[in-house]
Order: sequence, then C-alpha cells, then structure tokens
Amino acid sequence: MIVIIDYDAGNLRSVQRACEKVGLVSEISSDPERILQAEKIIFPGVGSAESAMETLKKRGLDNAIVDFSRSGRPVLGICLGLQIMLDHTEEGNKKCLGMVSGACERFRFTERTLKIPHIGWNDIQIKYAHPVLKNIKDGDQFYFVHSYYAKLVHETEMVSSTEYGNMNFCSILAKDNLFATQFHLEKSGELGLKILRSFGDWKP
Amino acid sequence: MLTKRIIACLDVRAGKLAKSVKFVDTKDIGDPIKAAREYYEDGLDELVFYDITASSDERGIMLNVVEKVAAQIYIPFSVGGGIRNVEDANKLLGAGAEKINVNSAAVQRPELISECALAIGSQNTVLSMDILKLKESREFPSGYEIVIDGGRKRTSIDALEWALRGEELGAGELVINSIDADGTRNGYEIALTRMIAEAVSIPVIASGGAGKPEHIFEVLTAGKADAALVASMVHYGDYSVRELKEWLQSRGINVRLRY
Repeated sequence: MIVIIDYDAGNLRSVQRACEKVGLVSEISSDPERILQAEKIIFPGVGSAESAMETLKKRGLDNAIVDFSRSGRPVLGICLGLQIMLDHTEEGNKKCLGMVSGACERFRFTERTLKIPHIGWNDIQIKYAHPVLKNIKDGDQFYFVHSYYAKLVHETEMVSSTEYGNMNFCSILAKDNLFATQFHLEKSGELGLKILRSFGDWKP
Repeated sequence: MLTKRIIACLDVRAGKLAKSVKFVDTKDIGDPIKAAREYYEDGLDELVFYDITASSDERGIMLNVVEKVAAQIYIPFSVGGGIRNVEDANKLLGAGAEKINVNSAAVQRPELISECALAIGSQNTVLSMDILKLKESREFPSGYEIVIDGGRKRTSIDALEWALRGEELGAGELVINSIDADGTRNGYEIALTRMIAEAVSIPVIASGGAGKPEHIFEVLTAGKADAALVASMVHYGDYSVRELKEWLQSRGINVRLRY
C-alpha cells in the first residue's frame, strides 16, 4: 500500500487519480501510524512551505516522514514535497525536515522579462541514470509551478537540472530511497505517469 | 527552456460545451468531457473550464462535470465562473481542479484574491479580467476598462491598474480577455496583451479572438504573452491542438511536442 500524505496540500486527489491510472493502490492519510505501516509514501505539495511545515508538525507528520525514510522504504516527493526534504527554506525562513542537505531559495532575476512563479512546461537534463527514470529521455518536458528552488549541498544528489533564465536548478533529486521532483508529475501528461509507474516498481 | 503554453478554454453551460461571440449569442456546441479527452490526447498543455451558468441547479452539474474531466486528464486544470469565496474554490479543488479563476467577484471584493492566494497558493489563483476597449482618457489612462458579469456591467476601473492590483494582492497568473475580440476569430488584442505583460512580473495568458495559427504566433511574440488561450478554432474542428503546436514550432516558437 502506498500512502499519500495528507497535510492539506491541495493536490492530493490529483496524485491519487494518477496512481489509479497507473494501477497503484493508494490511500490518503494524515495518521502517522498508517504512514509508518506503508510500503511506500508519496509526499506531495502545493502551496507555501511555511504553512505546510506548521501543519506537518501539528499532526506529528514531520517525525513520521523522517522515521519512515530511515527504514529504507521508498519516498516520492513532489514539488513542495521535494523542498521540505531539505534543511531549510527561505520561504517564511523555516527549518525543514533535513532529509537531504541543502536549502530552498527564491528565484531572483534582474531581467524583468522572466516571470515568477516559473509556470509551465520545461525540459530536464538528466545527469545520471536512475531506475525511476527508466522510461524518460533527456529533454522530456514536465509541468512546473514554483517560486523557490532547491540548492543542494551534494551535487551527486541532483539527478536532473532544468534551465530557467540564467539558472540551472535541481528538477529531480535522489538520495538512497528518496526520489523527488520539482515538477508536478501528476500533471505532466503520460510522461509524468511513466515516472509514477516506475516509482511503483522501484526497489531501492 | 520554458515552453509557451496552448490552453483550451471550455465554456460550460448546464453541463454542455458552449461558445459565444463577443460574450453573447451563446450556443451549445458539444460534450465538454469528450472535448477535454480529445485535446489532452492531442498534446494540450492546460485546460480551463468556465462555468457560464447562472442557476444553482446548474452549478451542481458543473461540479459533476469537473470531476469527470479531472478523472481523465493529467495536465493542469483550471476552473472559473461564479467563485465568490474560499469555500467555492475549495469545492472545485475537491472536485479535481487545481487552479481557480476569479473574475467578477474579485472586482467587487478584491480581498477575494488574497484570500484564495493564502488558502490555495498564489500559483493556483488566477485573476481573469474581461476587458473593453475605450479611448484613452483621464479616467482610463490605459484606454481599457474592466467589465464584469459576463461583459454586461462596466466598472469604471482601468484595466492596467486592476492588473497591477491583482498581482499585488497575490494572483499567480493573469488572463487578459478582450471582449471586443471574443469569438470573432480575427486575432487577439495585441496592444492590450503586451501592455499588461510588460507591466507585471507574473505570467500572462492571452484570451479572445484566436482564429488562425498566425494569431497565436503574434500574441506570443509581439503580444509578449506566456500562454495563448484558444476556443472556437479548436472546438469547431478548424485546427487540432497538435497542428497548432507543430505550426508554431516550425515558426520558431518553443512548444511542448513530446508527450
């Protein structure tokens, strides 16, 4: 059973529908006990990191996610889910879960033509092969919506980068049993669904 | 590199796909669920649903249709029409939309924008503006006025001023909908789109008037829009989404063609 973590992050139904589409059985839950019993967890996210961290703490989900990940079972982070895996975020100046070394910063551009949030379909440059990306090619396009991006301490944890303005930010990170995308794979058409299907098969 | 988006707009009335010309003469033209599926398979980048019904009975049908569409498309899905508070927005999110378009109610009560931004995130709060062309005047320095209630009511609000205010209140994107161009298939209102796109730092979606691929090219280049909304030209089968995107690519516009 895959548990999709419910912390009022908005797009839970979209994620669950995408799971259904690729034949993965999932349950939406905010119960730390259920999460600790799961085979895999999906940690989605939409909205602000600040309020997300508050809700996670209030429900005891922050510890549950960290404990689950220490057990070696697979974790999939999506968008805000990726950002909250880091040590810290500039958004509301919040301490995050510290599962991956790094911090989240806000896009800053001097060029006025570059819009923030970064909204739309953009391509990924794959740095190295990963089992969850087995059906994905360099240059494939995915749907992004975000104003903050991850700055990793360890370059080797960046599986793909994406260009926006003068930046090449981390669009996929992976570390041991953690895999996370800055883009919304549940909103990225058939290619996004392929990643989800491969996550279902993944045995790290 | 970020691509330009092609967004299809489905005006839905009592569960049926409808289309107006200059906001009047609305006709039923098909099944929105079937159209959504077809466009998705054809490589559409995003779908917008506009609820143009008035009665509460018909609103119930709308939620049902939103749910059915959400179950079969895996691209961004935005819904607008009749959203007056966060509760309305949450109902639509619950049915499977992820972006909410606010329009008339935000003009009447601008805090609606900040309330939605706080509740569902700025990136999911889209301010849709219906705009009428006038002569430049002291009252309307930009030469354009915001109208509401499906184009029936004038507001005395300058369009550019409202766009900037919307951004300040937390809207994550703007839809620039020209009433003069709506349904005419004579091309987008380029000057209006460009003026607003250059003034704000959030993405701008051009809407109203698309009839030929050249119109889309023009609004994405000269008009400086980040995305183009299409309706009649795909609903009536003049062009497929794929054809439009291939044509734009051939003219040097970066679009998503791998899916």
